[in-house]
Amino acid sequence: MTTTRVPDSAAEQEAVAAALSDRARAERRLGWWLAGPAFVVMLLVTAYPIVQAFYDSLFQFRLTDPDAREFNWLGNYWVVLTDSVWWQAVGVTVLITAITVAVEAVLGFALALVMHRALRTLRPVLRTAILVPYAIITVVSAFAWFYAFDISTGFVNSWFDWLPGIGADTNWFGEFSTSVTVIIASEIWKTTPFISLLLLAGLAQVPEDLQEAAKVDGATWWQRMYKVTIPNMKAAIMVALLFRTLDAFRIFDNVFIMTQGSNNTEVVSFLAYRQTISRLEIGLGSAVSVLLFLCVVLISFTFIKLFKVDLASARGER
Amino acid sequence: MMDERDLPTREKVLWWIAGVVVIVYALFPVVWIVALSFKTPSDLGSKRFWPTSWVWENYDNILAGDAQELFLSALRNSIGISLIATFISVVLATFAAYAIARLDFPGKRVILTTALAVAIFPVISIVTPLFNLWRNIGLYDTWPGLIIPYLSLTLPISIWTLSAFFRQIPWELEQAAQVDGATTWQAFRKVIVPLAAPGVFTTAIISFFIAWNDFVYGISLTSTERARPVPAALAFFTGASQFEDPAGSIAAAAVIVTIPVVVLVLLFQRRIVSGLTQGAVKG
Amino acid sequence: MAAITLKNINKQYGDGYRAVKDVNLDIADGEFVILVGPSGCGKSTLLRMIVGLEDITSGELLIGGERVNEKAPRDRNLSMVFQNYALYPHLTVYENIAFPLRLAKAPDSEVDERVRHAAELLELTEHLDRKPANLSGGQRQRVAMGRAIVREAQAFLFDEPLSNLDAKLRGQMRTEISRLQKRLGITTVYVTHDQVEAMTLGDRVAVLRKGVLQQVASPRELYERPVNLFVAGFIGSPPMNFIPATVERDELHTPFGQWRLPEGKRPDLSGHEIVLLGARPEAFEDAAVVSETIRDHGVEFEAHVDVIEWLGNEQYAYVPYEAPDDISAQLADLERELDSEAMRTQLVVSLDATSRIPEGSTAQLWLDLRKVHVFDPASGTNLTVAQSSGNGAAKAPAGDASAAAVDESADGSAQG
Repeated sequence: MTTTRVPDSAAEQEAVAAALSDRARAERRLGWWLAGPAFVVMLLVTAYPIVQAFYDSLFQFRLTDPDAREFNWLGNYWVVLTDSVWWQAVGVTVLITAITVAVEAVLGFALALVMHRALRTLRPVLRTAILVPYAIITVVSAFAWFYAFDISTGFVNSWFDWLPGIGADTNWFGEFSTSVTVIIASEIWKTTPFISLLLLAGLAQVPEDLQEAAKVDGATWWQRMYKVTIPNMKAAIMVALLFRTLDAFRIFDNVFIMTQGSNNTEVVSFLAYRQTISRLEIGLGSAVSVLLFLCVVLISFTFIKLFKVDLASARGER
Repeated sequence: MMDERDLPTREKVLWWIAGVVVIVYALFPVVWIVALSFKTPSDLGSKRFWPTSWVWENYDNILAGDAQELFLSALRNSIGISLIATFISVVLATFAAYAIARLDFPGKRVILTTALAVAIFPVISIVTPLFNLWRNIGLYDTWPGLIIPYLSLTLPISIWTLSAFFRQIPWELEQAAQVDGATTWQAFRKVIVPLAAPGVFTTAIISFFIAWNDFVYGISLTSTERARPVPAALAFFTGASQFEDPAGSIAAAAVIVTIPVVVLVLLFQRRIVSGLTQGAVKG
Repeated sequence: MAAITLKNINKQYGDGYRAVKDVNLDIADGEFVILVGPSGCGKSTLLRMIVGLEDITSGELLIGGERVNEKAPRDRNLSMVFQNYALYPHLTVYENIAFPLRLAKAPDSEVDERVRHAAELLELTEHLDRKPANLSGGQRQRVAMGRAIVREAQAFLFDEPLSNLDAKLRGQMRTEISRLQKRLGITTVYVTHDQVEAMTLGDRVAVLRKGVLQQVASPRELYERPVNLFVAGFIGSPPMNFIPATVERDELHTPFGQWRLPEGKRPDLSGHEIVLLGARPEAFEDAAVVSETIRDHGVEFEAHVDVIEWLGNEQYAYVPYEAPDDISAQLADLERELDSEAMRTQLVVSLDATSRIPEGSTAQLWLDLRKVHVFDPASGTNLTVAQSSGNGAAKAPAGDASAAAVDESADGSAQG
């Protein structure tokens, strides 16, 4: 037969290729038309401010005295980084972040286990209850914890006065250690549900037959946990920890409501707020903001490089 | 999973105790703030958990009394600003997520990575430059002045959860509908929209209460009742008189703004849980 | 209802990959045609081009004598059952079946009548109010078929509709589809990789390999007169045995002895040094149970049987043997292309259930030489079939198919 048309005429092939690449190009264009606005808005509301903040941070600039605005290179950074106030704030922030994330990881995992394994009748109730702290406004949660411990309105002192160190006149917000304790407690209560939901989703993905295989192989409950469950949900754990660490590092609401930074409880976000909004020191405040941003970048980088957090899984990609 | 009926009674009891502990943990501070909101001003210092007598006085104060102006305007601002910010971000995110889930174009990863980066961005680093800029261009203490920065909170999570939802839509149904005789528009409206709607709705709820929860922008970019939202307003509450503790009023206001959100979450809990976790863990 | 004609159909993707190469096929009105081949052979692409979900790169597609290349799927008036059923999860079974009628804006009374009729036909009446998520696999499959038949379409298209069902259900649904098609008498194109479906369902079967049509014929014709190695190996289970042989005048030297093919079954082997002999398992028998009337048509040989599978009505014996390296490599390539994996060169022999050959023994086997095909190992052509149809042109029912088969062998040798 002579109809072997394998070598189509060159012109025909070219036309085919052109038509196809036309369609691919159209799809590409449509993709950007649809996704572009969201992308641009995201850049506008974050990239622009951080660039502006960096620019502002290079000036000595007080809103109360705008005429004295003066370019002073990295002078503001020098001022901030040599001031013990900054290092105190960083120390407190790191302390709060470390304790909350550590406690939440354990508590959140326990909660996830309870929800995962709970009796079928109990499971929906638990899942509902656990969402309540998540849905509460952070400020409201801060007030609830504040008033519970407050010396004039609180019930904690009278409930727990049998414990050593607690009495009717214990002023929880009078000194550093007790203030930070309440701040951390409130933060943990409010955000553990989020971490436990992420961990629960991770738990649900560990195949049940792996557990059964380990059981048959003679593993105890603890061994199954350490050698089967946790290694298999490592991605979920790391993503949850990364999110919570970054979130805890930005802590602001609890500190604002409970102590306003008194007793040395000032955190980095609050320092930036106080410099900019209260003292109108735009230059110094911007420098603190930029430093905070760099801290967050550093933490993310550490997590991703050091712990190899799989961000592709965080984006829900295959 | 092991059959529950085989569980020994002792283990069953343990599970029930664990369950009750979890429920108490989750609800205790909420019950406390509710109890506080029903106390009389003199009862506030009673150092007891429950009110001596339950009164509506605090609610009267914020809804009809002296604090009325402060609270109701804040409530109006919060609802309006959060709704508009949610609407804008859900619309933008729907287009973006459709493109990400459905079309083949370079830059998908860039968009998703940007969303992730914006989501972990420290809010206070945005506030500082905006504070100065908003003052210069007159957006300080206005609704748009809050709506725009709120997009940095709501847009990334919307893009995320929606792309996760949209990825699960069986898009080949569109083709099936076309073979069944539908036009492109009919296939979209009759098959895709009903399937996508729950995802969009869930995203809207999640994004709404992220905006509703904001405190940093609220307190930094407003100065009066013109635009100040509830969380920021709570921090400025005062009692009936200068010397009275505002705890009762704050508690009452907190309960009012909390209840609708809690109800919303509880009604749609299943969807919200999947929405929150889908984006974050491989699904 | 209408005939479907494919003229020189080609499909080339954007990256230059050619999924379908110059396919010609005439499907008569009311005919049931199967497109079959291993995964990636282009059968689904071809079906999707017919329904309009893939563009046709070049060639012409006629439905009912009218060119439809440029028509949107909805204007072709075909109905299709997808591999994963493509049921609309938000609609009830009733509305799923009614969907095409609703789009056509049919009056409610007519919709109701036709949906109920289809539901009755498929025994879905009691499930009409349920959602697809609450149905079993077989029920979903029937809903998908209900949606296909409710509309008076010109033809049915099936894309591997049974591949998601378990074996038992697949058998039942196969019968059901066959019954339905006969009852409605509608033109049907059915894609599958399962040769049992291919053999039992179709009036004609079209075998595809790498986008090229190999042979279009009735199931019996395909089984008894495959035009090349590929078709011979693909159709039949267990598959046809291929035994290498060297040609010496009219004798064939095989690992099992020297055989002479009977007069009339002996193709012209001049110019061939090595050939592949193809014999289906049932062409063999235990020499002890062969009836005297046919014994003379075959040869007896000794072979070592290492495994026996007794199935009740018959038994399979496995006979490993050594083949030259280049031939085993070629056979392994063929197996891989057919989606299976050859561990070793061996004969699979079907024995009568009464045979008493023990496992692990050397036995006397018999082969019916009338049923042996001779293949050219280089081109894969079945020399026996080519010979009997005269002048080297393979005989196939549709004129176009023979062209395709010859094209392929030319193509193959050009590439090789």
